[in-house]
Amino acid sequence: MTITSETELVDAIRSAQAPLSLRGGNTRGMAGPGADLSLAGLRGISLYEPGALTLVAQAGTPVSEIETTLAAEGQRLAFEPMDHRALMGCSGTPTIGGVFAANVSGPRRLAIGAARDFLLGVRFVDGQGNVIKNGGRVMKNVTGYDLVKLMAGSRGTLGALTEVSLKVLPTPETSATLVLSGLDDPAAIAAMAQAMRSPFEVTAAAHDPAQRRTYLRLEGFETSVTYRIGRLKDLLSATGAALESLAANPSATLWRDLRDVAAFHGAAGDIWRVHCRPTEAPALAAKAGAEANLYDWAGGLIWLRMAPGTDLRARLGRYDGHATLLRADDAAQALPWQEPEAPGVARLTAGLRAKFDPRGIFNAEALALAP
Amino acid sequence: MDMPKPDAGIIARKARIVARLRAALPQAAVIDDVHETRAYECDALTAYKCPPLAVALPASTEEVSTVLRICHEEGVPVVPRGSGTSLAGGALPTADSVVLGVARMAEVLEVDYDNRLMRVQTGRTNLSVTGAVEEDGFFYAPDPSSQLACAIAGNIAMNSGGAHCLKYGVTTNNLLGVTMVMMDGEVVEIGGGYMDAGGLDLLGLICGSEGQLGVVTEATLRILPKPEGARPVLMGFDDSAVAGACVSDIIKAGVLPVAIEFMDRPCIEATEAFAHAGYPMCEALLIVEVEGSDAEIDHQLALITEIARRHNPVELRESTSAEESAAIWLGRKSAFGAMGQINDYMCLDGTIPVNELPMVLRRIAEMSDSYCLKVGNVFHAGDGNMHPLILFDANKPGDLEKCEAFGADILRLCVEAGGCLTGEHGVGIEKRDLMHVQYAAADLEAQLAVKDVFDPAWLLNPAKVFPLDVTEGRRGSGASVAA
Repeated sequence: MTITSETELVDAIRSAQAPLSLRGGNTRGMAGPGADLSLAGLRGISLYEPGALTLVAQAGTPVSEIETTLAAEGQRLAFEPMDHRALMGCSGTPTIGGVFAANVSGPRRLAIGAARDFLLGVRFVDGQGNVIKNGGRVMKNVTGYDLVKLMAGSRGTLGALTEVSLKVLPTPETSATLVLSGLDDPAAIAAMAQAMRSPFEVTAAAHDPAQRRTYLRLEGFETSVTYRIGRLKDLLSATGAALESLAANPSATLWRDLRDVAAFHGAAGDIWRVHCRPTEAPALAAKAGAEANLYDWAGGLIWLRMAPGTDLRARLGRYDGHATLLRADDAAQALPWQEPEAPGVARLTAGLRAKFDPRGIFNAEALALAP
Repeated sequence: MDMPKPDAGIIARKARIVARLRAALPQAAVIDDVHETRAYECDALTAYKCPPLAVALPASTEEVSTVLRICHEEGVPVVPRGSGTSLAGGALPTADSVVLGVARMAEVLEVDYDNRLMRVQTGRTNLSVTGAVEEDGFFYAPDPSSQLACAIAGNIAMNSGGAHCLKYGVTTNNLLGVTMVMMDGEVVEIGGGYMDAGGLDLLGLICGSEGQLGVVTEATLRILPKPEGARPVLMGFDDSAVAGACVSDIIKAGVLPVAIEFMDRPCIEATEAFAHAGYPMCEALLIVEVEGSDAEIDHQLALITEIARRHNPVELRESTSAEESAAIWLGRKSAFGAMGQINDYMCLDGTIPVNELPMVLRRIAEMSDSYCLKVGNVFHAGDGNMHPLILFDANKPGDLEKCEAFGADILRLCVEAGGCLTGEHGVGIEKRDLMHVQYAAADLEAQLAVKDVFDPAWLLNPAKVFPLDVTEGRRGSGASVAA
């Protein structure tokens, strides 16, 4: 069912007798037991103030429509949401509500924050059909509890987003990437840490072990980018890596591919994301024994392609972080997609769920936490 | 402003409650002498005072857990306190409450430069967090004006901001993880030394919850390498609407200054009389600061001054040295003190969409005339976070009430303009009864439901944030449980 207004959504939720699977563009490929309830019909940008860096849109508005609107004013979604379609092997049109419901952030998350850091306000309908708003359209707002953050990344388990208000940023004049070649994983992680410790404002740092290439992105005014590339070259000369820089266009293509994990497209296997302390990443990757892996966020995010059904969490043991199973090739296997929560946290999660969706009708698939 | 009537039953059990706390904590960590508890009777919102039943000053997460467990069993409300610098009354006690202060927990637990984070006990002051890492070229970005005194615990409770959040964000954007003690004494770990915890964003929910969901004892904070340099430019305009348009144009041009500060004429005049910063006498003054290497700063300032020139500034003063930068910032940094020299003042912090600035300033000026109270505006213009300072005379009967009514009108105006009641100070008791202006009943109910989950007995800081009539049936339920 596709609804086209908040009123219809309220009716649909109030009259629901069975579980619902809330959907944006359905690009995350998550199958659920409930009847699909698509929010993609809630479309349109209701407010855009370039001088205030804010935009308000209905949750089902395609991300591409928002990006086009922003580009016309030289602005962008700075948190760089990835496009999941090629990786997940699905079609559909990514929506802005879906981006926030799953807190989807790309390589720039390292430098400027996640999707949730750019979400200023929400309207949503809870499991009993109450319309609730929280936050607003201003950048600083501590009025009451921050349910905006609670909704970001909640994957439709607490409510159906109908409207989001977000912070956007200017697109810098230019960008460039410094490429380091020949480093092994520990050396690459160390080089990225050194770059991130510098004042040169690296806005993305990734390492591809298969090619032994490490990428550092700089953005800003032309003269500034040139200056900072030079300073980083000096800083990293001691690593022994071969250094070259990529200009704006090849740099943009490179980071789009890294953002969408193009290296894994079309390959079989389970796709995992591990969030960890960057310096612990090489040891974790070694323990994982993946068929392929890729480091983003200077090592704070490891993408892994594993043999189907491998229990990555068992291999990694205890560490400061968590692992998410984004794509499982064999749907029959029972690994939970999300890291099981500690009992105290699990009680809070269950308590919130019981308050916001007491009938338990929303997105049971996103709650499949128990092993 | 009303506070709930204290529970006589709890006050009658004071001796037993204090004895239990004494038995569990070191001798000096429990204060119940009526002369000594007076030191905790208020925070920086000094218009309201009430000594608590007792004060507990635990020194570890375990001791915090013990205090909360005892209070939970006894059904005693707990008012968490960082350094007591809240301007919103966030740490104001009631006579039947135990103040739980984290001031004795101020250790740095871990510094990890390669992963750009540090872990601290939350009684540590904001400035001393940066102090622990600045020799190595790092800093903690949120910088509230009270940073010399305010504690990280309070920063997390209020989701504090500061002058530099246009570029670096507020507390919630710089917080990676917390150790939190629930009201029943259970200790939970949320997030950690990595980006984006899985599951629901409980960290985001806790940050800014004004000490109503749990007591945060340890925090993992994002730290950043210091920029190569920073320099401001000062510009004066003869019309505040023009200054507002200039701010908008700077932002649209793709320059992202680290700070854009705004002062209006009453504030400029007060500041000049007090600090002699050499500011031009005009309707509106902007201080715009950018960061980077010298050449990068020159380039950005050139762009900014070019934009400013299009708006016919009456003054344009670009800093070329550390001394000139200090001179430009001098007045802004003394603004609150300067206003305080003139009279008592009340500082508001409503936020508005940047493009509504001229309309809101005009309406505030009109209200100032009708209330016959002077108001100066000094604020973070880049993000629309206003700080109207209303001058009043605390010794003149009725003046405080008049000032509060004026303040409430300004905050209603902020909401009407598409903004909110508070941008960085928090609701506390000060804006509690205005929550209806911003939120409908269902919006508030959803927030109350969150507290029901974290603190079912409503014992943690119960008389704050929400209008008392809305929380009536929930507060006090703990006392009846224990009786």
